[in-house]
Amino acid sequence: MSDPTDKKPVDEVTGTETTGHVWDGIEELNNPLPRWWLWALYLTIIWGIGYVIAYPAWPMISKATPGLLGFSTRGEVARDIDSFREASAARDAQLASADLSTLADDVELNRYAVSSGAAVFRNNCSQCHGSGAAGAKGYPNLLDDDWLWGGDHASIAYTVRHGIRNDSDEDARYSEMPAFGELLEDGEIPALVEYVRQLADEEYDASLASAGEPLFADNCSACHGDAGTGDREQGAPNLTDAIWLYGGDRESLTQTITYSRFGVMPPWGTRLTEAQVQAVAAYVYQLGGGEADTPSN
Amino acid sequence: MADTPPSLYAAREPIFPRRVTGFFRSFKWWIMGLTLGIYYLLPWVRWDRGPNLPNQAVLSDLEHRRFFFFWIEIWPHEFYFVAGLLIMAGLGLFLFTSALGRVWCGYTCPQTVWTDLFLLVERWVEGDRNAQLRLHKSKWNFKKWRLRLTKWVVWLAISVATGGAWVFYFTDAPTLAVNLVTLNAPAVAYMSIAVLTATTFIFGGFMREQVCIYMCPWPRIQAAMMDEGTLTVGYRKWRGEPRGKHKKGAKAAAAAQAATVYDFANLPEADQGSGDCIDCMACVNVCPMGIDIRDGQQMECITCALCIDACDDIMDKIGKPRGLIDYLALEDVPPPPESPERATWKPRPIWQHILKPRTILYTALWSIIGAGLVFALFIRSDIELTVSPVRNPTYVMQSDGSIRNIYDVRLRNKSGDDRLFHLSLTSEETLRIGLEGTETLSVEVPANQTLLQRVYVTARRKDAAASTDRTDLRIWVEDLSTQTRTSAATIFNGKEK
Repeated sequence: MSDPTDKKPVDEVTGTETTGHVWDGIEELNNPLPRWWLWALYLTIIWGIGYVIAYPAWPMISKATPGLLGFSTRGEVARDIDSFREASAARDAQLASADLSTLADDVELNRYAVSSGAAVFRNNCSQCHGSGAAGAKGYPNLLDDDWLWGGDHASIAYTVRHGIRNDSDEDARYSEMPAFGELLEDGEIPALVEYVRQLADEEYDASLASAGEPLFADNCSACHGDAGTGDREQGAPNLTDAIWLYGGDRESLTQTITYSRFGVMPPWGTRLTEAQVQAVAAYVYQLGGGEADTPSN
Repeated sequence: MADTPPSLYAAREPIFPRRVTGFFRSFKWWIMGLTLGIYYLLPWVRWDRGPNLPNQAVLSDLEHRRFFFFWIEIWPHEFYFVAGLLIMAGLGLFLFTSALGRVWCGYTCPQTVWTDLFLLVERWVEGDRNAQLRLHKSKWNFKKWRLRLTKWVVWLAISVATGGAWVFYFTDAPTLAVNLVTLNAPAVAYMSIAVLTATTFIFGGFMREQVCIYMCPWPRIQAAMMDEGTLTVGYRKWRGEPRGKHKKGAKAAAAAQAATVYDFANLPEADQGSGDCIDCMACVNVCPMGIDIRDGQQMECITCALCIDACDDIMDKIGKPRGLIDYLALEDVPPPPESPERATWKPRPIWQHILKPRTILYTALWSIIGAGLVFALFIRSDIELTVSPVRNPTYVMQSDGSIRNIYDVRLRNKSGDDRLFHLSLTSEETLRIGLEGTETLSVEVPANQTLLQRVYVTARRKDAAASTDRTDLRIWVEDLSTQTRTSAATIFNGKEK
């Protein structure tokens, strides 16, 4: 403490010691801070120095100083991912060999498949099909009950695994609609458009549609069927339902018939693990359109 | 003006509170026993809830996100109960502080209670104030080491027990106790115990009043809630001053000894001209905060009331009425001695300090919220549902042209056994309901779980709802075994025009 002979300046009103600093006749009172508070400050400084040595801290030109402990948030994430992989390895193995048609009986595994499938979907599929799986023009909506290549577990998993109309997987689902602009006479395409609209129960021009009917039978029914109900073996859309992948208005239909369409989906079997393919198939199946599985022999 | 500026930092002045006996000291012992008893023993109380549920009476089950309190079970979505209890705690603090000052600080604050316990240990090991002072000043010889180490070991034992008791609130206590001893408990349990042991040891043993003065916000906040009518621990300056040494002759005036209210009309002659305070320093010596209550209201005072006990003891001995230091309101000061009204002046009765508009308002608010929580507790049902419409996309066109909306419905079964829940809907428009994964409208929800069920609501192509922007509907769930039902309103989005 201070020397008792040293006469401390004291504020008369409050009886508090002053610092001796005076500004325009106003004296600064001295209410000392506890000393341990100062130590706490020094402690934080020491801690700070230690932290800077141990952990990544100072930003350098390309990256920060690494720190002696070798900690990195990237490494932390990688460790987390590894630990989750390890934790779910057993269930992944189970899922990879599971029969998806009876998956729902195993509540635990089904829940795992659907929630991990949701993650796979958001990472890999949502770029085209949308985060809510509602699709877009040219990219099928996976929530409805309309399927080009089949909507049971096995068909969905096959489509995911091999893709559609791609060059990289020889088992990819494949079909190609001719560009009828080169094959049909002038005036025949508008007639076909009207007939297709009649099939789909849309408003149509009756005289043109009746002219389109024989044209449909000659050119389209081989794939789309006599009644226009499509053929899943060839991925030929059902033309009588309310769903259009590229639009059911006259302009879109004219374009589709004239130039054809050629939607491509990459094969995911080479990029995803078998468990991930199964999981994303299970996820897509339960979005709203899943069809009854035909029992396999 | 000094050449060297004064230090801006001050070392802690050691405080050696003297032992004291009296009403408030006894009261504080009882509160200490009660609060510490609850804290240490509550996790060990068992409560049978049947199979599948923990049998610990009070358990904050972080793993399963449940809070159990005897017969009450709180789920995460019922967190408003906790909010309500916190509001009640806040209002309760307002109420007590406006009526009785810092009683929370003085009697029930953990810092006060544990410091009191540590002081008890200190006195038990090292002796009372004078012995402690001597030991403080003595050199570090064998005796000092022995006493200090004994004290620290006991403090540490209390601290470990304190940190240890805390973790038992978060998982099954007997299981955890075995795991802790066999080193099988999770790392977070040991970490929690270590941190709480360190804080208890340091705050209770060494920081003590520093925590209240420099670290705690309550002294400032509570001081702002008090007014001149609040009862608080204070010194009756008008009675005590001027202080002076006790004069033996004054003992003749022992007639007033039994009086509880100071009798101004009959002040003994010998006492005229000198106050009742004999400057014996008893109030200062017992103060755990190291202050002099006679300096008036001060932030450091936690109103532990030990100075009342100490002073009353002295007043009894010198034959003066008790209450020189007392629970008093700052506004209750008598008129000056020369005023004729002084002879007939009496302090306002205690109940007037407690029953006043502010405290009545606080009590009313507190009771309303409390009643609301109790009401909410009783109308809780065993089954619950929340409906969140899937809005990406807002609707799905089906191949037959019908419009479908998707809802994520969370079904809660709070009962102890599996239940079959039946879903249905009501709406002014024609709408149909369906469930993902089943042809039926019933789904089994396991005991004490929430089930996420995807629910489809469909309007046929020609139905009005299919082309209406928004249609109100209500989704119902019924527990088929008990016939209890509940519902939630939501919206159906039709096709945009």
